[in-house]
Order: sequence, then structure tokens, then C-alpha cells
Amino acid sequence: MTDNRYWLLPEGIAEALPQRAKQLEALRRQLLDLYTSWGYDLVMPPLVEFMESLSTGTGEELDTQTFKLTDQVSGRLIGVRADMTPQVARIDAHRLSHGQVNRLCYLGPVLRARANHATGGSRSPLQVGAELFGHSGVESDCEVIAMALETLQACTAEKVTVDIGHIGIFNLLIEKIGLNKDQTVLLSDMLIRKSVPEIEQWLADADFDDSYKKLISSLPTLNGASSLLDDNRQLFTAVSADLVEIIQYIKSLISRIERCFPDVEITIDLGEIRGYAYHTGMIFQVYVPSIKREVLRGGRYDGIGKAFGHARSATGFSADLRLLHSLLDQDKTETESRIFAPVTIDRDLDKVVADLRKQGHSVIKGLDSQHTAKQHSCDQQIEFSNKQWVVNPI
Amino acid sequence: MSDYITIALSKGRIFKETIPLLKAAGIEPLDDPETSRKLILDTTREDVKIVIIRATDVPTYVQHGAADLGVTGKDVLMEHGGEGLYELLDLHIAQCRLMVAGFENKPLPTDTLRVATKFVDCARRYFSSQRRQVEIIKLYGSMELAPIVGLADCIVDVVDTGGTLKANGLVPLEHMYDISSRMVVNKASMKTRSTEIKAMLAQIESAITMEK
Repeated sequence: MTDNRYWLLPEGIAEALPQRAKQLEALRRQLLDLYTSWGYDLVMPPLVEFMESLSTGTGEELDTQTFKLTDQVSGRLIGVRADMTPQVARIDAHRLSHGQVNRLCYLGPVLRARANHATGGSRSPLQVGAELFGHSGVESDCEVIAMALETLQACTAEKVTVDIGHIGIFNLLIEKIGLNKDQTVLLSDMLIRKSVPEIEQWLADADFDDSYKKLISSLPTLNGASSLLDDNRQLFTAVSADLVEIIQYIKSLISRIERCFPDVEITIDLGEIRGYAYHTGMIFQVYVPSIKREVLRGGRYDGIGKAFGHARSATGFSADLRLLHSLLDQDKTETESRIFAPVTIDRDLDKVVADLRKQGHSVIKGLDSQHTAKQHSCDQQIEFSNKQWVVNPI
Repeated sequence: MSDYITIALSKGRIFKETIPLLKAAGIEPLDDPETSRKLILDTTREDVKIVIIRATDVPTYVQHGAADLGVTGKDVLMEHGGEGLYELLDLHIAQCRLMVAGFENKPLPTDTLRVATKFVDCARRYFSSQRRQVEIIKLYGSMELAPIVGLADCIVDVVDTGGTLKANGLVPLEHMYDISSRMVVNKASMKTRSTEIKAMLAQIESAITMEK
């Protein structure tokens, strides 16, 4: 029995062997090229930051998800990023100019203290995402959703479902009813689980306006086709004009997405409040039939930059590159062409090899005379015939 | 990806009491799990299959999408945490109570309490909400034995009639939660197949109201 101390990886930590690594890298380039084509600039936030800047305005969940260590230089606590979005928001708010709209994209590993279901058990997702800062409105929300859908379409031909919600509905309820922190946590926990029985019980003991009660008890079931927005108009009107405005916002967002993506199924979930604590407006998740959890998520998080000096409107999305990669058609893996060069010492041969490499070919040089093309899985080799070096198929 | 909807059920009481409710949605298993060794049962609806698994595995199956729907006790759900699941329906079946039980005439220690249970997380959460420090001893069965042999001061377990407690000289001390079975739904299934699942849930719900 071998001692597994020497090879076992920590729980939820993954590596990529040559073939997968190559595909991941190809997908990484493809997605970054896609975002570049929409005018998004790549940024590379640091792997670690002081905890104060990492956890500013991002809520407790992200804080407990962050690996922390003491910086020997400053004596302060630093954290390994668990989510790059707040980092990118800091970069926008603090380092870039604010008179304009900034479009930024990023890709890199993040580390999570605990594996959870939403990340498929992984503690080190390769987070890829795009964020738009400095515009608040349906146009920018629509832009990031469109990019999210194009991201998915680059990976799979499966039917894509985008599920749209709005954190503003829950926030509006808390404010109107005046729920305290404990009650808010309780209600949000019940809503996340869509636990109709518990919510009914909670409402039976509550004393606030009936219109709010009706809305809360409907939230777990206000999901599905977008027609529910019109079917429940009375319910929304009874609560407040602000709510009607939110519903109107969702409707105009949907009609835009429908126009650009007729093949994408759009669903609504007004009871969806799951997200990172920093979301403030529209939120969305993308699903495909073959994966039984969300493959991509995003939303609006206005004001996150406030602590960094500038409150900025912000909207964006992110996904795990490894999960996106698992959607690719794995049968389509093409084998790469490789050329074998013998170990022979010859200036002409060296020149042929160098030229081939310059042209983008992959050339493997034998290390001793025993080495053959076959051993290196090459499909072509360089041979000496008619007084010159030529490439021949094997 | 499968074209049919999978429902996860456990053998015994939950299976027996769920079947009449599923019947309202036109779903009847073609085999009896008590006599058949099959783990996947075909039903009278071609688009619906039933998988037979352990009750404690139901949330796990549904969470990972190995089953779209499942029926499981609230006790199991609370212990599991319910991440990635929706608990849309209370089926009002397999009802019981989650309780703290111990000896009648022996007061519980006021410092650290030793609690034997299989509901580790549930017990820890309950006692911490009561501001009591506890040491949890995880057991898989025969909980009632623990206080008798001095392994624990009290137990946390589901109580139906209270017969087993009584037979071992224990009494219920604190009522923690009322338990009944819930219909749980995989989050992604709910989003991507909402029309089918909602129709099914509505039929089951009307059957529950009729039973009441």
C-alpha cells in the first residue's frame, strides 16, 4: 500500500492533466476574446488582499468562505480571495476614472474555505466573469445577461434557461414592514427553501398589512413562465407603486432578452433571494438540462464601491470555468499534430526545426538515438532524403 | 439527462402514506417495494419513475438532482440543512415530534449536558438557541439505552407514541419540533421543468386538502 500523504489533494481541490488543461486554456481564451469583442478590459486582481478590503460590503457568508492568514510584514489579517467580483468593484471604484462606464472582465482561481453544493463540491473554482460599472438601468442589465448567454452558447448546444429575479422585492418588504435583523434572517431562510408550510405558520403569528402577507405567502410560488407578472398584477398593485415599478423593470428586461435570444427559455422567480449579500437589484441564474444546479449567476449590486470612495452602479456575472468546460462536447477532442526530429547533430536540421516551430508546429526533438517518433505520439517526422531534411507522415 | 421525472421515496411508512397522494397525480407504482427487489419502479405514468432509497438519503439524492422530487421527514431535512432544495409542500403524513427525553425524577445538569442523538446538527442548534452548552454523542440507533448506561444525560429523538421511551423508563422532557413529511424539489428541476412539476404538486396538494 502506498502512503497517500504524498499524492492526495486536499478536499475540493482539483488539478488539470494535459488534455483537460489544454481544453480549459482554449476555453479561457475563447471567453476572454468574447468579452473583448464586447469591449470589456481584462483585469488581474491580486490573489490575496487585506481582509478589510475583501470583506467590505459583501456580507457574512463571503467572510466565512475566506481563508485568512496573518501578514508577517504588516501584522494585519489578509485573506485569499473567495470571489473576485468585490475585488473588481474595488479596482473600478478606487483605481479607475469614474466619469465614465467601465467594462471589466477577469479570470482566475478563487479559494473557498468550505465546499458547498452551489460550487459542486469544489473549493477552488476558476472564476470567470464580466462586470459593468457606472450605469444603472435596464440596458446594462440586458448587456450582461446577453454576454452570459453567449458564454453558455460558446460551451454547449443544449437548451439554456435563464431565471430572473429581483432582490429589490425582498428589500422593499423588509423596509415597509420594518423587520429587524433576526426576523429578516428567518424570513430569508424560509424563502430560500421556499418552505410554504413554515412561511404560512410565520405569517399566522405576524401582525402587518394583509397586502404584505399576501405577497409573502405568494413569493415561494411566484415562479415559472413570465406570464405570471401580468396574472398577479393586483397582488403587486396592492403592495406599492415601487413594487409595480420593479415588475415593470423585469418585464422590459425580459422583452429585450426575448428579442435577442428567441431560443433561450426565460423564467421568473420573484421569491429568489439567493445570491451574495451584495446584490441589490436584478439577479439571474442560468441553467442547462444536463446539470442539476446553476451554471452561471449574476446580478446588479449598486453601491458596493461606496466604502472604497465612490458608490458606483454595477452589474455583472460570473461562472466556474471548470463547470463550463464540463459542458463541452468531450468527444470532439482533436488530437494535436506533432513532428518528430531525430537527435542527429546537423545545422540544417536545426534550422528546419526552428522554422517549423516558428510556423506554429509542435516539434519534439529526440534526446538519444533510441528515441522514435512513436514513443512521443508524433504523426510526422523529419527525415533526410535527397540530401535535405523533409517532413514525412508516419 | 432524463426525460422522465424521478421521485425518491423510502420504504415503509412514508411509502405507504405517500402512495395515495401520488395517485391523485395519476402516479401508481407498478411494483411493490416490500416484495420486489427493484430499486427503480416504473409507474402508471410513463414520464414518472420512483426510486426507493433510505430516508436519510432522500435530501442528498434530490439535492444532486439524482431525483427531481422526494418525500422526507422534516427531521431528516433539518439535519441535512436543505441546501439546494425547495420544501414546497407539507404532506401531513408520518407525523411525530422531535423531543428531548430523559429520566423523570433526575434533573438535567446545569453545566455541560451530554446528549445522545442521531440528529447532531438539530440538537446542537436547538440547545444553542436555549443558551445551553452541550456535548453531542452521535449514535445510529437504540438511543434510549444511552441515559440508562450513563453514556448521556438525555437523548434527542423522534417520538411517535412514546412507547419505546416508556418501556425503557424514560419520559419526554422538552418538545422541540413537530415533524411531518415534506415534498422536496431539486432547485434546478423546479426552474427548468416548472410546468410539469407545478402541475404535479397542485394535484398532490388537492389530495392533501381532501384527506384533511
